[in-house]
Amino acid sequence: MAMYEIIWHGRGGQGVVLAAQILAEAAYIQGFRGVTSAPTFGPERRGAPLTASTRISDGPVRTFSQIASADIAVILDESLLETATGTGRIKKNGLVIVNTTLTPEQIGGDGSFSVATVDAAGIAREHHLSMSGVPVVNTPLLGALSMASGLVSLENIEKGIRKKMPRSKAAFNFQAIRTAFERTLYVKNKKQPETQEMSEDGKH
Amino acid sequence: MNDVRIITGNEAAALAVKLAKPGVIAAYPITPQTSLAEKLSEYVEKGELKSEYVRVESEHSSLTVCISASTVGARVFTATSSNGLLYMHEQLHWAAGSRLPVVMCCVNRGVGAPWSIFNDQQDSFSQRDTGWIQIYCRDNQEILDTIIQAYRIAEEVYIPVMVCYDGFILSHTMMPVEIPDSGLIEEFLPPYRPHTILSPDDPKTINPVFFPTRRENSEGILCDGYMEMRYKLQAAFEKSGEVIRNASREWAEITGRDHGGLIWEYMTEDAELILTGMGSIATEATLAADALRDEGIRAGVVGIRAYRPFPKEEVAQAFKKATAIAVFEKCISYGYEGGVCSDLKAAFYGTDIKAPIHDYIAGLGGRDVKTGEIVDAARATLETVGSGDTGNKTIWLNCYKGI
Repeated sequence: MAMYEIIWHGRGGQGVVLAAQILAEAAYIQGFRGVTSAPTFGPERRGAPLTASTRISDGPVRTFSQIASADIAVILDESLLETATGTGRIKKNGLVIVNTTLTPEQIGGDGSFSVATVDAAGIAREHHLSMSGVPVVNTPLLGALSMASGLVSLENIEKGIRKKMPRSKAAFNFQAIRTAFERTLYVKNKKQPETQEMSEDGKH
Repeated sequence: MNDVRIITGNEAAALAVKLAKPGVIAAYPITPQTSLAEKLSEYVEKGELKSEYVRVESEHSSLTVCISASTVGARVFTATSSNGLLYMHEQLHWAAGSRLPVVMCCVNRGVGAPWSIFNDQQDSFSQRDTGWIQIYCRDNQEILDTIIQAYRIAEEVYIPVMVCYDGFILSHTMMPVEIPDSGLIEEFLPPYRPHTILSPDDPKTINPVFFPTRRENSEGILCDGYMEMRYKLQAAFEKSGEVIRNASREWAEITGRDHGGLIWEYMTEDAELILTGMGSIATEATLAADALRDEGIRAGVVGIRAYRPFPKEEVAQAFKKATAIAVFEKCISYGYEGGVCSDLKAAFYGTDIKAPIHDYIAGLGGRDVKTGEIVDAARATLETVGSGDTGNKTIWLNCYKGI
């Protein structure tokens, strides 16, 4: 049974927890029967780096331990790129989505994962999507995730958002999400061979 | 269409309490309290739940309010964690000794010192002998369903019930939970019929000083002594296993969700290696069992759902064919070993179960326990079979012990 593990990297106040929850809602609507979303366990501080996670699976999720190695990492703050993509943090042939003005080629990476980029902050500003003067990037990045991963449709992201915020606010967010979906740049990595051990017995 | 919501364990618990409609809820709102008490106050404030919500100044008082309200005939609820539960200690005995059907949630967290807000089960484990039924939940659906069952159990056997679930790991993780229809709750859990033992119409003193011997009261009736009262609590516990099983079975009949009675089993039928534990670590162990089976090891899991009453007959049956046993537990009796391990060994005494038992103390104070670590530990336990090193052991999992 396939399970996708997604980590959201951001700073306190950027809405990583809400993004993780919206993705879980959207994935459930999409038909995945097992979804979980969890914040970093413990106290949270505005501005401090933190993560939240979403697990998506065909059947009930039976693991509650922290994600060691993610299928998808969504990076809300570019300065966290190194932390998020450090050795072993992303699965082979995984996907990294970054809020940045750079292109995937400029982001680079070690070639073991695909890269998608979108200027989520710029898009948020264009759509006047801000909170306390700071552009809201968590929801636009859901649009980028939909585009780059194909895991959850844009339509279901919208439905998921409606579960988490009032209709008018959801509609406002959705314009930015759609724009982000359209503008996301995605470069697939060259498929990496499975590890020796895995190819020998054919198991994950 | 079923009402499925993606919610935290705390919200699942709050929704269950709302469905059970307690007349009185008491809670101390400061840490280590959780969002469960917050949610309930919201429901009461909005008028969605018609309860008297009593905000008190300590956990000792919150349970005292529940004891008092229960004594005059109200269905009651409270929740706490960690040192808050420890502060209730005296009143835990009082609720059980008074045979009151109080239901409480313990959102499991480590206890100080040193301070921890993170998950383990030392809080409720350390209150094991206070005379409460303890049920441990493995996911958020089971939290909701167990709280409804807990009222049914408590009100049948007159023993308070503590519904325990792992802090953060379940309390703050969102997952799909089916919310039962309120009509269905009324069928399973009829409105509370007060077992009023104190009323202005019939004033009396309850729980006065009991003497060592049985004595005649002022009307010449020979009454129980202290020891008879204690015996009756133990006798009620001996009956409670059947009541827990029935509640679980009837709940499964009307909802289709069977969480097991006192224990649950996963792939144990042909298992040589059995992993066991309470709460979310046992859920994680089911994935470990899958991984071990991929390696060709016949592994299974027994989840301990009711810790008190301890399911001695069930475990003696479930572990019958095991050649190795790995216990994973988030608590310890200092100077000996983990509590589940001791109780299993006691239950196995005099049976044919001679399998080595390794007791893995794991996840204390929120230390992450990964599936892979459970796999490696359980495999190591199995490997000792036939190696000459077959003694039982207590092993601290993923803990730096110095040189």
